Amino acid sequence: MIPEIGHFALVLALVVAVVQSIFPMVGAATNNAQWIAMAKPTARAQFVLLAVSFACLTAAFLESDFSVLYVANNSNTFMPTIYKVSAVWGAHEGSLLLWSLTLSVWAYLVSVFSKGISSVMLARVLSVMGMIGVGFLLFMLLTSNPFERQFPIPLQGRTLNPLLQDPGLAIHPPMLYMGYVGFSVAFAFAIAAMLGGKLDAAWARWARPWTNVAWVFLTIGIALGSWWAYYELGWGGWWFWDPVENASLMPWLVGTALIHSLAVAEKRAAFKSWTILLAIFAFSLSLLGTFLVRSGVLTSVHAFASDPERGLFILIFLVLVVGSSLILYAMRASKLKSTGTFTVISREMGLLINNVALIAMTATVLLGTLYPLFIDALGLGKISVGPPYFNTISLPLGLVLFSAMGFGLFLRWKKDAKERVFAKVRWVLLLAILIGFLVPILFMTHFDWKAALGVALASWVSLTALLWVQEQGRSPFKLPLSVWGAAIAHIGMAVTVAGISLTSAYSTEKDVRLVQGQEYQMSGYTFLFNGVKEAKGPNYIAQRGEIVVTRNGENITTLHPEKRNYGPGTMPMTEAGIDGGIFRDLFIALGEPLNNNAWSVRLYHKPVVSWIWIGAGLMGLGGLLAAFDKRYRRVRRRASEKKVVDKDSSLQGGEAMAKESGVATDNKVTA
Amino acid sequence: MKARNKRIIFIILGLCTVGAASAMITKAMQSNMAYLYSPETVMAGEVPKNRLVRLGGLVKKDSLIRSESSLDLSFVLTDNRGHEVKVNYDRILPDLFKEEQSAVVKGKFDDDGRFMAEEVLAKHDAEYMPPELDDILAKEHSYPGKPDKVKAPATTTEKATYQ
Repeated sequence: MIPEIGHFALVLALVVAVVQSIFPMVGAATNNAQWIAMAKPTARAQFVLLAVSFACLTAAFLESDFSVLYVANNSNTFMPTIYKVSAVWGAHEGSLLLWSLTLSVWAYLVSVFSKGISSVMLARVLSVMGMIGVGFLLFMLLTSNPFERQFPIPLQGRTLNPLLQDPGLAIHPPMLYMGYVGFSVAFAFAIAAMLGGKLDAAWARWARPWTNVAWVFLTIGIALGSWWAYYELGWGGWWFWDPVENASLMPWLVGTALIHSLAVAEKRAAFKSWTILLAIFAFSLSLLGTFLVRSGVLTSVHAFASDPERGLFILIFLVLVVGSSLILYAMRASKLKSTGTFTVISREMGLLINNVALIAMTATVLLGTLYPLFIDALGLGKISVGPPYFNTISLPLGLVLFSAMGFGLFLRWKKDAKERVFAKVRWVLLLAILIGFLVPILFMTHFDWKAALGVALASWVSLTALLWVQEQGRSPFKLPLSVWGAAIAHIGMAVTVAGISLTSAYSTEKDVRLVQGQEYQMSGYTFLFNGVKEAKGPNYIAQRGEIVVTRNGENITTLHPEKRNYGPGTMPMTEAGIDGGIFRDLFIALGEPLNNNAWSVRLYHKPVVSWIWIGAGLMGLGGLLAAFDKRYRRVRRRASEKKVVDKDSSLQGGEAMAKESGVATDNKVTA
Repeated sequence: MKARNKRIIFIILGLCTVGAASAMITKAMQSNMAYLYSPETVMAGEVPKNRLVRLGGLVKKDSLIRSESSLDLSFVLTDNRGHEVKVNYDRILPDLFKEEQSAVVKGKFDDDGRFMAEEVLAKHDAEYMPPELDDILAKEHSYPGKPDKVKAPATTTEKATYQ
């Protein structure tokens, strides 16, 4: 019964989404206040319906209702409860449901926090989000219904992909989706602005916090994924330039560019059509990511649960979305005249460099990701593009980007003198270069110029950010949150860059053959292998190794790397033993049993690898602080004071529709 | 006139940037692209030496030989039509590596024609074959024992090393 309710709610959600996408849009075009007013209640109803549907699927998982095909394929009665829940989005069908639910959550939030937005604009925004919802709900109902029943009912289910049975991965997809789908808000705002033919400072002010929050989720989502890959896959790497990783990195890069160009659009009325284009690209790349992951065109760690037919559907959807928004852009972009002018030395120029560098990075990543697909499609052979390609390209672009980051904060809008800026930062510049040279010489085994460059850039970015906060000349507690946000996000980026450059240059990685009782020396540590024993987990059997780590006779830690077997039909899992710290991680993974009681063991010493994720956390915090700056709320309050009637917020469904049609004679309809 | 000059300079600068970027990308691409070859093309001598390439095939039964004292090992990739290539490797094999299952290896042929792998990728599940491998092995002849492509729920590629 419960799955049928879920299925029915899903169908209803599709119907509501159709209404949500047509009526408010047509209403906005024909100035029909009643139709415009349908935007909010439909968006909220869609959220409620999808929440019900999602809850039903979760209930089916918790009850282990194996008459539902999707549940039987991804869950069994032995799985711990938390993984029964995370199994809901552990495979294709459920993750699509999560995608749709996330979209409706965003639409719901927009409908609630929309006090300052004119009702016409809001109608268009929610309508565009409704259209996206229609696409995904259709996709789900036609090709991948999570509520499909099966007969006869199996007594026991299969299991969730063991790779996904991990707390980090339980929350990685929802975070990533909140980010991906969050860009649909910026996208919808962009489409609405083009339809309205107006893009002013107020528009940018609405779009900024939404974009920030989406970007924060994406940042955290990517960081979680990378962290998970590090400790769960047993290869000790944190980024593989895997096509699916690239698919999440591209929207992030464009999203970062968008955040910065929105600042120019708000403050200086420049970069307008460019901002619109970025908003379109950020969301299109999110869709492309979904397509790449779901279509099975990629050979990748993430390429489970894929199906070409489904890929075709997403591809068509992608073409429709990108095509129609670009056509609209071609028709309307000329109306969005940027009025702000600027000279070569100005903050606009700094942000332009930021945008160009980020977009160039996106383009090269896109090229490296799609090139093998094109070559294959043209029948020219099967190739793969390796990590060195991406590393080679990122280095010079990163150099440009990070150099500009330091100067950018100090530049004045419109026109500035380079002498003035240089006078401010020259000591910091000198200090940063000094740190860049000293850190590898003093703390590391040998000098590596790439590491020195990375550390110098990181110091430059973080020191300038600190100096900039101090320059504001106010007590740190009275500074606007956006100042703190920008500074912390920049420092976070610097921490990540320092982590990446140091860990890439100074990691020691050894694959060794060890017999019980054998010792191995590496990076000043002694690893004593005490053999492997069998251990039992809730739904797996593990080969559990014991390795005692000492340094100069002093006991450091005892690590227990595991090799887990989750039963027939699954692959063995490597659970690394990690001793983490601020300055270094010791990483040990079991390889395989060899002859004569020996095991192959992977020993890694990784300096400051945790900085990569600490930095990402700081970036997220910075983005969040900036999104909650008082400035955005003040605008809303002022606007809502002007508005006399707006009392529909607590009502839902048809009742609210009737109610709204009464109050929507709001003067903003004509605005 | 001045504005026009400025624009011309901008355009020239832009073209230079694009040119430099394309040159860089082409170079990075050329040195980091790895083609996938089948054992048949290897035996036909079509695979360049001292260049990063990928080979794909099935791991021949009983061909995995390990050293007694180190991690050095070798195995044979075959297409079940009598074409075989010996692969040398000195790191940890991925969990999913098994004889009589498919694998893709990345590495170089040295001057003596020995293949030294830098990375071994294995695919899980007896029913499943990575699409690209399936294609090259199926080319020209249909090889015996080609499994039907079945959708496997828990299919994952695994890398042995990450560089």
